[in-house]
Amino acid sequence: MRQIADWIILNLFGVADAGSWPYSWLVYLGMMVFAAVLAITFVAIFAGPVTWVERRVAGRIMSRLGPNRVGPQGFLQWLADGLKNLLKEDLIPDAADRPLFRLAPHLVWMGMFGAFVVLPFGAHLVAADLNVGLLYILAITSLVVLGLLMAGWASNSKWALYGGIRSTAQLVSYEIPTAFSLMVIVILAGTLSTQEIVRAQGGWPWDWFVFRNPFTFLAFFLLMTSSLAEGNRVPFDLPEAESELVAGYNIEYSGMRFLFFLFAEWANLWIMAAIGTFCFLGGWQIPGVSPDAIDALLARSHGWSWSWVGLQALSFAIFAIKASWLVFVVIQIRWTLPRLRVDQLMIACWKYLVPMTLVCILGVLAMALLIPQGGVLDYLIRGLMMVVGGALVALFLWRARVNYMLARDSYRKMEGRELWFPPYRLV
Amino acid sequence: MTGPKLEQRIEPEEELALPNVLTTRLDLALNWFRKSSVWYLLFATACCGIELMQTGGPRTDLDRFGAVFRSSPRQSDLLIVAGTITYKMADRVRLIYNQMPQPKYVIAMGSCANCGGLFTPSYSVVNGVDKIIPVDFYLPGCPPRPEALNEALIKVQEKIQGEPWFKKIKVAR
Repeated sequence: MRQIADWIILNLFGVADAGSWPYSWLVYLGMMVFAAVLAITFVAIFAGPVTWVERRVAGRIMSRLGPNRVGPQGFLQWLADGLKNLLKEDLIPDAADRPLFRLAPHLVWMGMFGAFVVLPFGAHLVAADLNVGLLYILAITSLVVLGLLMAGWASNSKWALYGGIRSTAQLVSYEIPTAFSLMVIVILAGTLSTQEIVRAQGGWPWDWFVFRNPFTFLAFFLLMTSSLAEGNRVPFDLPEAESELVAGYNIEYSGMRFLFFLFAEWANLWIMAAIGTFCFLGGWQIPGVSPDAIDALLARSHGWSWSWVGLQALSFAIFAIKASWLVFVVIQIRWTLPRLRVDQLMIACWKYLVPMTLVCILGVLAMALLIPQGGVLDYLIRGLMMVVGGALVALFLWRARVNYMLARDSYRKMEGRELWFPPYRLV
Repeated sequence: MTGPKLEQRIEPEEELALPNVLTTRLDLALNWFRKSSVWYLLFATACCGIELMQTGGPRTDLDRFGAVFRSSPRQSDLLIVAGTITYKMADRVRLIYNQMPQPKYVIAMGSCANCGGLFTPSYSVVNGVDKIIPVDFYLPGCPPRPEALNEALIKVQEKIQGEPWFKKIKVAR
């Protein structure tokens, strides 16, 4: 956004040196407000429909249909849920601590939304390219812990308190494997800035960090696992365990306040996928186009440059496709796996995830020392890891086909006619 | 609300009884969204609960209508009283009903919740849940089939669609 603001100052006001111009802060402020509005709109537009996608995927997995009455194929279900919750009574229990009860959803929401500041959506589409970007994400999402504990405490209900305490223990524990697996990326890229991490990779799969060596490949899965736990998603949704804690920390929340928690959960889904994408899967990098070329395009063009706009849109599309695919996989995991027990959760973190991430860090360091970058051996290892990754994707698609065939056969047996699913229901 | 013994009745104010075109249209739109997101409470006291669970399952999928279960009464709109209500449970049922935020709807599911059913002569069974809380719809059967509960949900949706949302209402005590 800084680069775009400088471009605006140069082309709209004719000032070449933005730093010494006295009114440049106004343009920067305007860009900040614009970026914030854009990001909030994006979150709203993402978090809404993804609830519908999740319920449809859940329906497919449970051999149901899922919501299909509101709008085409039930697509407007998220609008219905949102409006209904807006119109519900705003209920605060008598025994609740009113100020804290009101504050808690805002803290959760702020913690989630704060991370959007440094997420790189495109070549120049980032609200602020902080040089401590990854550290900032880890720090700002800690606000969520505070919000959840506050919600549990202020509700003055034993189940809510249990939920809050559980989520605190879980989130604080799983910060460590998350941070350690991100360390791997910091070692490889040599920077904490999110844009620089993307630039350290390349557009083609063999330039991605995930296929760099076996340890980064492992670190990617460790990161996704611990992010699942940090987002309170199944199989780590202990704070919301219905069979034990009714509804967890949000048990006393109704209407819009409850919706804030749901919103934050879906927004976190995107953050999780975005971190996985820009750290391991090459981010917005366009195959065959170097980031420096896009920079040069912005610096060279005095006036509107359609090629720059096109490349921005393309880079955003690439980023969005990769992240949406990760979101899709995470949704499928949610409806496939059973929930862990509390002790299993802690054992999984401290006995397995933390040592494995430490091994990953050591392994990446050793590989960086032993194998020269860009050598034959390096590319051999990258190719091998791509084969393994490709095999996993092929297994995924093959299982999807097997499930489809089973459904088709049983449908033919029961109904005596051929089954037809639209393509979006195949997986 | 059609229960026989109501503590409070809700009536539209008389000066606003004439239909207004704008509010009526808005009512239709809002009610369409409202009826498409009726979240029901996970609450079952007897064998009707099995049918309630079945109704959320594959054959009669309540999620099609946007109805998902919530485990907390604070987040649910519809209380399906599934099963026999004993005197000991009656307090809890009323508590759960009071914990739900407005607007809320109640389905009395099965003979026991309607009138006591098989256990009417028993010393410990409430003869109908409408003795404790107002009931919108009575669903007969022992237990009712999932299709019947699905039909009851559609009736609740029809009721929501017909409600005047923008019209001021006064509560007569």
